[in-house]
Amino acid sequence: MAKKLAIIASKGTLDSAYPPFLLASTAIALGFEVKIFFTFYGLQLLNKELNLKVSPLGNPAMPMPVTIPSIIQIIPGLEWFATWMMKRKLKQKGVASLEELRDICIETGVELIACQMTVDLFDFKNEDFIEGISRGGAATFLEFAGDADVTLYI
Amino acid sequence: MSHFDVELDTSGLNCPLPVLKARKALSEMNAGQRLRLIVTDAGANQDIPAFSKMTGNPLIQTDEQNGKLHFIIEKGPA
Repeated sequence: MAKKLAIIASKGTLDSAYPPFLLASTAIALGFEVKIFFTFYGLQLLNKELNLKVSPLGNPAMPMPVTIPSIIQIIPGLEWFATWMMKRKLKQKGVASLEELRDICIETGVELIACQMTVDLFDFKNEDFIEGISRGGAATFLEFAGDADVTLYI
Repeated sequence: MSHFDVELDTSGLNCPLPVLKARKALSEMNAGQRLRLIVTDAGANQDIPAFSKMTGNPLIQTDEQNGKLHFIIEKGPA
């Protein structure tokens, strides 16, 4: 009987988008059955066009080439710069892009579930999302997570 | 170095790509065939044995050449 991994993806920043897709794709490679439940800002991870950002604002642990005081971090363009820097770094270090990891998840059979309540809450449209996702609510997740070997909230 | 049937060079790629690519390569091989996997990801020393153990594809040999890790993995019975 295959091991099961259940993940809740609740965040929509570039850095927070990595763990769900990375762990899900690896778990499939290790023989797990995997479902990811996307809720709140995590729903952005299901958009056809991934346009995720990372910000040093409110994130004092983010390594930056120079220390930038929080009050300065509100200047326009800094978030863009931090995102560009992070993406460049990921590429330089041979880390897969999010698109690549997400594609592997889809190809290898990770079930991607959009939380219906938060889809309604934010008025997201079906056509914004990638194909092949399913919908569900708390009970859908808990039914699977109830006999999962690993359950993560990210 | 033991013999191998298929070679996969993941030099420059980072976690989890070597494992994901190894899985794909093994899925296209027959039981008993051997994969030589070349990896530069420093975490592979732990990750590849874990992958081998969990998927039932025995790790036959591990060595380091020119700063790269070379693994020989045998495709286990399906």
